[in-house]
Amino acid sequence: MAVKTVINAAGRRVPVQINGQPVVPFMGVGKHRPSGRKYSPPITSCSDFPSDGNKVVGSLEEALRKCGLRNGMTISTHHHLRDGDLISNRIFELASTMGVKDLVWFPSASFPCNDPVIRYLEDGTINRIEGSMNGPLGRFVSEGRMKGTAVLRSHGGRVQAIQDGEVKIDIAVLVAPTADPFGNAKGTGGQSSCGVIGYGKADSMFATKVIVVTDNLVDFPCYPMEIEGIYVDCVVVVDKIGIPEKIVSGTTEITKSPDRILIAELTASFLEKSGILKDGVTMQAGAGGTSLAIAVFVHEILKSKGWKSKFGFGGSTKYMVKMLEEGQMGYILDAQAFDLDAVKSVENNPNHIPYPVYNAYNYHSKGNLTSMMDIMILGATEVDLNFNGNVVTHSDGYLLHGIGGWQNCLHARNVILPLPLFRDRIPVIVDEVTTLCGPGDLIDVVITERGIAINPLRKDLVKKLKGSGLPLRSLSELKDEAERICGKPQKPHFEDKIVAAIKWVDGTVIDVVRKLRTSL
Amino acid sequence: MSKIATAGNAGPKVRSDCEITIEIRQKGGIAINLKSKVKTLFGESIKSLCREVLDFYRIRNAVLSIDDSGALPFVITARLEAAIRKITGTEMEFLPEMLKENLYATTPDRKRFSRLYLPGNNPGLMINAGLHSAHGIILDLEDSVAPGKKDEARILVRNALRQIDFRGAERMVRINQGQTGLKDLQCVVPHNVNLILIPKCETAGQISQTLEWINEIRSGKKIRNRIFLMPIIESAMGIENCFEIARASADVVALVIGLEDFTADMGVQRTPEGTESLFARSRLVIAAKAAGIQPIDSVFSDVGDLDGLKQNVLKSKALGFEGMGCIHPRQIKVIHAGYSPDDTEIDKSMKIVLAFEEASKNGLGVVALGTKMIDAPVVARAKRTIEMAVRLGLVNSRWRETAGNR
Repeated sequence: MAVKTVINAAGRRVPVQINGQPVVPFMGVGKHRPSGRKYSPPITSCSDFPSDGNKVVGSLEEALRKCGLRNGMTISTHHHLRDGDLISNRIFELASTMGVKDLVWFPSASFPCNDPVIRYLEDGTINRIEGSMNGPLGRFVSEGRMKGTAVLRSHGGRVQAIQDGEVKIDIAVLVAPTADPFGNAKGTGGQSSCGVIGYGKADSMFATKVIVVTDNLVDFPCYPMEIEGIYVDCVVVVDKIGIPEKIVSGTTEITKSPDRILIAELTASFLEKSGILKDGVTMQAGAGGTSLAIAVFVHEILKSKGWKSKFGFGGSTKYMVKMLEEGQMGYILDAQAFDLDAVKSVENNPNHIPYPVYNAYNYHSKGNLTSMMDIMILGATEVDLNFNGNVVTHSDGYLLHGIGGWQNCLHARNVILPLPLFRDRIPVIVDEVTTLCGPGDLIDVVITERGIAINPLRKDLVKKLKGSGLPLRSLSELKDEAERICGKPQKPHFEDKIVAAIKWVDGTVIDVVRKLRTSL
Repeated sequence: MSKIATAGNAGPKVRSDCEITIEIRQKGGIAINLKSKVKTLFGESIKSLCREVLDFYRIRNAVLSIDDSGALPFVITARLEAAIRKITGTEMEFLPEMLKENLYATTPDRKRFSRLYLPGNNPGLMINAGLHSAHGIILDLEDSVAPGKKDEARILVRNALRQIDFRGAERMVRINQGQTGLKDLQCVVPHNVNLILIPKCETAGQISQTLEWINEIRSGKKIRNRIFLMPIIESAMGIENCFEIARASADVVALVIGLEDFTADMGVQRTPEGTESLFARSRLVIAAKAAGIQPIDSVFSDVGDLDGLKQNVLKSKALGFEGMGCIHPRQIKVIHAGYSPDDTEIDKSMKIVLAFEEASKNGLGVVALGTKMIDAPVVARAKRTIEMAVRLGLVNSRWRETAGNR
């Protein structure tokens, strides 16, 4: 059955319906203004809950039954246990033995440890995943083997979809390193501490049923609570929610690659010479090796100038924590902690503040944190000549990454993409991105080891950096150089079948991913 | 003779390389089995490139197996050529295009603070090597290449000399000793190499032998570019003869000391303080200075210890060395900063020159700056410091106009 498609405002052909539900094609940045009211879950009565506040039930299976798990439901989870998550797969294992079919899994992200769910996609327990997919899961979807169509959203887009009722969560299963019998929960404490559980807030508020799963039950009240017990239906206590060494890396390390260090140095030098880096700067950088190196160089500059960053937004790492502790950063607002130093800092430093994604990234709210950031360091798998970015597929057409907070972060004042010009012979700058995830209007600078390209729309930066000694080039010059070295790549071949939809931060469809023709 | 041969590298840690096995057959045409990380994007172009190479060598029937980790075209052709040459013994060369950016010459007295060693059989480290601003890039065919890989490395290095833009770095090759060295020269000399490093050099005779070989190759192939020599002194005998070696030819532009081999030859431990090699280093510096060429120091092998490197460079500079080898790009900046004159040195030199010029105007030959007497040799050294600072871009050539408010 062919679904009707249209060309959206970004020039991409997208369907008007996904998984049987109507969707709005992308209309341009800031153009889509939905009306109506936010979604609300059903009214509950406290007379249905234990008056002593003890909501602990015997097992996850009992909790799922109690919450009425049945065919076609949407089950949400968050990814704070990252690659050490022991609970998500268990939900579908139980659902499968209970004979439940056609579930929608709505994680805030998936990790390699979630690859076993392929089994439950194959046996019909899960109809589709609406969330990030990488590794074998990405391959499974790219090859057209998932029954439903995947929907990929940014972290902010996910909470927007929950709030606006585009996704109605039937049961949210929220793992928590510490919880009390009433369901109050937090990210610190116990054997599985992950620092923050900032991705679970919207799920707890808008899901019909909420299950908290913990391996560290404490007396009421669990404080400070990130998940509030008033939203929680039942609490499950298990031996282990996760594998500690896979939840946070013992330590995050800056890149050792000389080429990546060169890119990081160029980026720091760009930030300094452009005047973007200044006293009171606000910034965010990821946990990738190059971003960490940039953070280290930026820290050195702040120190040498006697400057201080007002605040930084996490994911936090030991390098950010170092800035906080040595006085070059006022506060860390944090949605997730990447390493042990960051976890410890959340636990002990009052200026390291848990800050849920729902509060930071939701486009349909009364203000976003991202537009308040001066410096935003992001990655991409591809950038095209119009500065459009791709983060979900590789040039060979396979879905290999989630969007994460990437789209949300594009609203920062200065969006900077430090990228290698090519990876294993694959050029990063292309004529047209394989999958459009973010419009080029929002991407300001691409920094490669062979030159810096400033978006011509940023006339201020172009003017300011003329004669700065930085290696300024156009994107097409950089692309030509990469192709002279690597050769011009062929294009992957796609079939018509849509395997995944890419949502923009406002819930419109910016692009789709089609099934790869693999018979080559 | 075997009809199967393999060249190149594959494995989980290998990047930007490929391993090619070729079996030449009597019939059956060409079959190519390609396993590649970049198959979707470059599969067809890899296959057609291989067919072009096979066609060049007039091979009509063969089975190729390629295990590719994103090798660039010049790497693929080098690997295939090496495998074919192993079987057929042909000396025909499948040459990739010479980039016109690579046709530059260097001068005997150019700066040689840093020269980055690149293992000659590892293409992944070569591709971006020119981005790190080393003064020289050494494609090494000697100690970093396993004995069984010498032939394929030579072909790879030749292709790298033609296809990689090292962005103005002096293009250097370290050859092997003896007849292998001759083969190395035959392969690389025609491809605008700027400088040859001669390892384990002990006598002036080795210099004349190398020159003879180079000249023979040059005249046969009508090559005009000048090729400099940098002998590496790595033994007691080499140290004893280093002045003769330095003066063996006008093409010898620098003397290098190789401390790992030197200390081994001496039967002593190499220590961080370097007392065991102090005399040898000083002797080499004096020999080089006496011959009017550059003395260059040994590599610092702990790439993680940049502070140790910095101290080492400062000591080296104090002994009179004018450069050092590096084995990791992150060492380059530290080395450049260490050998460059620092701000205090430059300021002092400017004051000396200005004071002396002022004194000369007044007809004085000697002048005092503070409590120190300044005479001609002090001024000469100050001038050399400023000239170097100007060349390094640390000081404007019209510094006299702005001196004092730097």
